[in-house]
Amino acid sequence: MVLFFLAPSAVPLVLFTLVPMVGSLWVSLHEWNLIGTMRWVGLANYAALLSDGDAWRALLNTVLYIAGYLPLVYIGGLGLAVALNRVTRGRDLFRSVYFLPVITSWVVVALMWKWLLNPSEGIVNRLLALMGIEGPGWWTSEEWALPSVILASAWKDLGFVMVILLAGLQAVPRDVLEAARVDGAGAWRRFRDITFPLLTPSTFFVVVISLINGFQVFDQVYVMTGGGPAGASEVVVERVYDLTFRYGRVGDASALSWVLFLVVLIVTVVQVRLQRRWVSYD
Amino acid sequence: MTANSLFHMFHQEGLMSRGRKAMAAFALVALVATGCAKGSATQESSAAGKTTVKYFTFSAAPDHVTDLDKIVKAFETANPTITVRVETAPYADYFTKLQTAVAGGAAPDTFELNYENFVSYATSGALMDMSAETAKDDLSAYAAKSVEAFKRDGKQFALPASYSAVVLFYNKDLFDKAGVDYPTADWTWDDELAAARKLTAEGVYGDFQPVQFFEFYKTLAQAGGSFFSGDGKQATFDRPEGVAAAKFLLAKPGTVMPTVADIGGTPDFDTNLFKKGKLAMWHNGIWQFAGLKDVPFDWDVVVEPASTKASAVFQNAVAVSATTKNSAAAYKWLRFLTSSEVTAQTRVATSWELPPLADPKAYAGYFEQTPPANRKAILQAVDTATPTPVIARQQEMQDIVTKALERAVSGKSKVEDALREAAKEVTALIK
Repeated sequence: MVLFFLAPSAVPLVLFTLVPMVGSLWVSLHEWNLIGTMRWVGLANYAALLSDGDAWRALLNTVLYIAGYLPLVYIGGLGLAVALNRVTRGRDLFRSVYFLPVITSWVVVALMWKWLLNPSEGIVNRLLALMGIEGPGWWTSEEWALPSVILASAWKDLGFVMVILLAGLQAVPRDVLEAARVDGAGAWRRFRDITFPLLTPSTFFVVVISLINGFQVFDQVYVMTGGGPAGASEVVVERVYDLTFRYGRVGDASALSWVLFLVVLIVTVVQVRLQRRWVSYD
Repeated sequence: MTANSLFHMFHQEGLMSRGRKAMAAFALVALVATGCAKGSATQESSAAGKTTVKYFTFSAAPDHVTDLDKIVKAFETANPTITVRVETAPYADYFTKLQTAVAGGAAPDTFELNYENFVSYATSGALMDMSAETAKDDLSAYAAKSVEAFKRDGKQFALPASYSAVVLFYNKDLFDKAGVDYPTADWTWDDELAAARKLTAEGVYGDFQPVQFFEFYKTLAQAGGSFFSGDGKQATFDRPEGVAAAKFLLAKPGTVMPTVADIGGTPDFDTNLFKKGKLAMWHNGIWQFAGLKDVPFDWDVVVEPASTKASAVFQNAVAVSATTKNSAAAYKWLRFLTSSEVTAQTRVATSWELPPLADPKAYAGYFEQTPPANRKAILQAVDTATPTPVIARQQEMQDIVTKALERAVSGKSKVEDALREAAKEVTALIK
């Protein structure tokens, strides 16, 4: 009976996640180009990764992406949540509007941002031109390719972060805030010493999820830049895709996927350990 | 616009298709891993004893789909027991799709390959050795060199299907308006750049030549350089000839040609620019002829300017999958597709590349049509063809060279440094 109720989620999980994972572990020990036969190479693919400059560069780009994306989406989401928490009329409407990008397909969102940030025709650069600023080349330039992707990603995920934090805000007891106000605490003081600490469980959740998603960033990069120009926005999963489908190096791609998995695992475990120091569940 | 290697690599791929492709790719990986993709399209045969042969192609869409249909109909009429099912994909997606189909055990019975990819497919064992069929057959209808090109270790792995060349297209009206003499076969790089500067005006670009691998190996040859050392073990494109070639390519964007930012990832930007009469000179392939037949201005072609002539000539071939269940029917279809009179006539009538046939009379009509008037430029290009550098890790090599040029064009690296680094990386790939 238990199995019966588990089946709807367990079967797809096993079939489409666990089995392919084990499969990719097997493939990562081989040299294989998809069309030929597999050749056993043991751990050679992993060893080669250590000296693969492109893989390291992709990892660095991924970390840079997270470094830009996480603060932007968290502070933006927190700001929106605080603002919406004060609104009494139409809160549901605003919440739905900000949540719309979250449920929109990444391809649609990425294409839209690609157009918005089109260097010559895009609305962003046209508006900048009206203000007398010459806009950058955005996703066509090496410096701005990664920031363009970060911008699009933060915009899309803002609603998700906002909804989580808004729920956290609404759980902050009003009587505590009221007591603080009576004691003479200003708005900033109340936020810093009461609201924010009580929001740490939500913050923790948002940070863990965003980091995992950040390490796995792919769709928006693939659609907006394809990892270019000149590899400036090549992130780890984009590299995995290129290795598999452009270069026919499925073994190397699988090894890199497993390394990424380990990185995500370690980062997440460390976060869970560290949470005791700053997350308060009282 | 029929797909061929070079310019489509430069264009951002069709945008929607990128996302869809990604999803399809991941779905396929999952299927492969779980062994669900075992179902194969290769053994379909209907109750009436008919054999179905699948054919996958990139060079038919979008301009020549109906032309291919005509060839298929003629074949089916001549062979009533065989049905050919055609599937097309744009060049940018074609090899990803083919690869995943082969990996999933669902390879089409017959498919098209360009020369660069032929090598890796043949060495991977994905192609059927046709030698048993060709031994009973007479291949003298084909140009001997073309047949030879698709042999590996004495075995015939593919039949030549078509060839095409890259030439310089030019808009005569724009030349007249700017008072510049039309390009001739004697032109050098300097003539081209000087003309391009005069032709560039408000809303009009003088020239368009993508800054990427396929243009680079050719201009390198035009500068008298060679891509590899004599023994093929070392990349030598960072020598002075390579630097000169790169500088010639880099002189164009932002002065006489739109920059990457101007293009903004718009698909077929250069094609549309030329069709709208806003581009004076255009380095592109003869597969563009069909798409240009209705433009409202005079245009012609000439062999590419250079003091040492060197041209890019591309060969496409068709092969039978190693896993097909219908090898006899598949071979029959490919023979018809590549050498029948219907095919030669259709190709000639619609300017759909050139058939690789031994007898020039079979496609003489091609050279009598206009526009463009100067079709004999194609023969000059073929005479001065420089081979595409091909190694086992082809796509990686192409990406390394293109990325180096991208870094140089954006001013991130000095041309010399970018090429030196790229040459080192390519040399490491050969080993």
